[in-house]
Amino acid sequence: MKYLPLVWAALWRRRPRTLFTMASIAVAFLLYALLTGVIAAFNAGVEVAGADRLVTTGRYSLTQVLPQGHLQQVRGLESVHSVAGQSWFGGYYQSERNFFPQFPTEIEPYLAMYPEIVLPEAEKQAMLSTRTGALIARTLADRYGFKVGDKIPIIAGIWPLASGSNNWEFDLVGIFDTANPKDRSLYEMMLFHHEYFDEARQFGRGTVGWLVVKVKDPDQSEAVIRQIDALFANSPNETRTATEKAFNQSFVKQLGDIGAMMSSIIGAVFFTLLFLTGNTMMQSVRERIPELAVLKTLGFSDGQVLALVLAESLALCLIAALIGLGLASLLLPPVSAKIPGFSGLTLTGEAFALALGLALALALIVGLPPALRAMRLKIVDALAAH
Amino acid sequence: MSSALSQISAVTLMNLRAVPSRLGTSMVIVIGIAGVVGVLVALLSMGAGFEATLAGTGQPDRALVLRGGSNDELGSVITRDQAQVIADAPGVARTADGSPRTLAELYLLTDVSKPGSSSPNNVVVRGTRADVGGVRPEFRIVEGRMFAPGVREVVVGRNLAAQFPTLALGGTVEVRDGPWTIVGVFETGDVHESELWVDIEALITASRRQAYNSVMVQLDSVAAFTAFKDALTADPRLTVSVQREPDYYASRSEQLHNLIRYLGYTVAVIMAIGAVFGALNVMYAAVATRSVEIATLRALGFGALPVVVSVLIEALILAAAGGLLGGVIAYLFFNGYTVNTLNFQTFSQVAFDFRVTPALLQQGLIWALVMGLIGGLFPALRAARLPVAEALRAA
Repeated sequence: MKYLPLVWAALWRRRPRTLFTMASIAVAFLLYALLTGVIAAFNAGVEVAGADRLVTTGRYSLTQVLPQGHLQQVRGLESVHSVAGQSWFGGYYQSERNFFPQFPTEIEPYLAMYPEIVLPEAEKQAMLSTRTGALIARTLADRYGFKVGDKIPIIAGIWPLASGSNNWEFDLVGIFDTANPKDRSLYEMMLFHHEYFDEARQFGRGTVGWLVVKVKDPDQSEAVIRQIDALFANSPNETRTATEKAFNQSFVKQLGDIGAMMSSIIGAVFFTLLFLTGNTMMQSVRERIPELAVLKTLGFSDGQVLALVLAESLALCLIAALIGLGLASLLLPPVSAKIPGFSGLTLTGEAFALALGLALALALIVGLPPALRAMRLKIVDALAAH
Repeated sequence: MSSALSQISAVTLMNLRAVPSRLGTSMVIVIGIAGVVGVLVALLSMGAGFEATLAGTGQPDRALVLRGGSNDELGSVITRDQAQVIADAPGVARTADGSPRTLAELYLLTDVSKPGSSSPNNVVVRGTRADVGGVRPEFRIVEGRMFAPGVREVVVGRNLAAQFPTLALGGTVEVRDGPWTIVGVFETGDVHESELWVDIEALITASRRQAYNSVMVQLDSVAAFTAFKDALTADPRLTVSVQREPDYYASRSEQLHNLIRYLGYTVAVIMAIGAVFGALNVMYAAVATRSVEIATLRALGFGALPVVVSVLIEALILAAAGGLLGGVIAYLFFNGYTVNTLNFQTFSQVAFDFRVTPALLQQGLIWALVMGLIGGLFPALRAARLPVAEALRAA
């Protein structure tokens, strides 16, 4: 600890150079935090999926509709706690640009299955007693300025009203949030009653898009999956059931190579950075060769000189990394609130820890070669050269 | 004036000849900027490739008719009666025997997995006719044969077959109501190469659908579009949206393309800030090592301008080298690289190639030069302001 002032003085020996190097490392960590945030948003559905929830879709595609009779049949299974039918509405508010998912849903069982969705009790009751009622995520309400009591016009992309008109209208009776803000992107949606949807639509009556199933015992999920699919095997409407986690995972996998792309960007950023910082450290040691020789003359051991240079590199990388991560945690919430589907992005503890690990590794990689050089320095040669 | 120019060229050349002696530090600029340009060009080439695949689909003298309000084929429903009305509209081209050159098609999704994975991918199944070439002349079977009418057979788009080895000729794919046999591979040179095509009557039976999703129309001419569209929109029996085929496909690429572009520029701007700091470091160091040389020149009567220009030119040349390197790396690694992803505007898988276009390379080079300019300017000014006497005394 007593060498701290020495390390500190060495670090700021050339102020502009250290500042520029720090700035470029900080920028790299800022980028790292933003990109891991994006990757985390893609994977959010997989992490928060309920262990006790299954999703039953048509066997050939999620887009196949299922007869409503399936709901009763699955509800009748001994191992099933509750079932909520849901559909994809695929409409939009004003223009296609303002897209957000809307799901006609059996509201009561659905809300009971999703404790992570937080809705004031009064608003829940209002929803249950309003046929044309709708619930919307807090982030969407903020983005479009919706308030409870508003009428929300939604233009049908798939399902026209019986009259042939595309102009649906819902009464906003509740605004929900998620228990954990980082799950917001996953539940950024609008819900309304399946019963109203089914009565009012022009075609497709008596069907539902998919079933969300809550099992009594999560350990029995695999068995329940087989039971459900066996119910409808060889019928005209065969099903495919998966855990909610697997179901959400399949969406992430559908994005294909985007995750790999992100990781390779992070790789390119750090490789570039390694070059920049490594160069600074080398330069800094090269300039100080006589000083290091003096230290050794004064009785500093080889190991101590090595430690001093490494400590300087560590200080440089860690301080810069903390600045970058700090900037990211300031920037992420306001920026992500503006991008549909990314609400609630934050820097997680894991990402933070990993970043510090990376900073440490970076410090070692760029600090070790000059530190070794400093350690091997021969006093006579070093002093003679100057 | 000419003396200023000759001073500039003399100092610049002298400076550049000395670059090899500080090659290590100079590489920092080259590699830093190459990193930025490489990432920028690679990301934008992904967006450009995706956009080119979709926007390159369709002919201006063909129209796509969807249900009014539907943004895509998947969400659209056209009944048999409506399809008949559309086929009878003015402006529809006809064959020699007088039948309309239209294609009423079914558009479904089916789950296809990659080998060794059970994770589903939304792949388009297009129910069309065996004589589809009459309306889509770009269609060509490249392997195997066309499906037979009324039979549960599939032809696979070339890009899709390349991305999903499970869809091999002679194999089967679950379309609806069990497995269908893959009998051919086709090419169209556009987004349809990411689709499975089957016989429409076979698909109607297997999926128990009563209506179509869309109607494709070959018009008499490009100009016939307006009359055709007006006739359909005025018809009280229909609520449809009529678009030129290229407009429809271009609109389906907008969101993902914008997302990729947004991401690309954000990442590149942030990285560029880091690289500029690196360049500043290097150029300040270069000026510092040259301080005696610069002071000597000034003492000999050289002006400040030649010194500024020489530093700037060094930075620009190094930056340009970095820009070229980054562009070349992006081109070598990514040009023609095929990926598939979910186009969330159509909810289906699209396979496309990265396209490193000359325009993107040019853009990368401009970015490199701007970074070099910023990274060189301040050190250049410092060099010009160097107090001559002090610099000489320090030596």
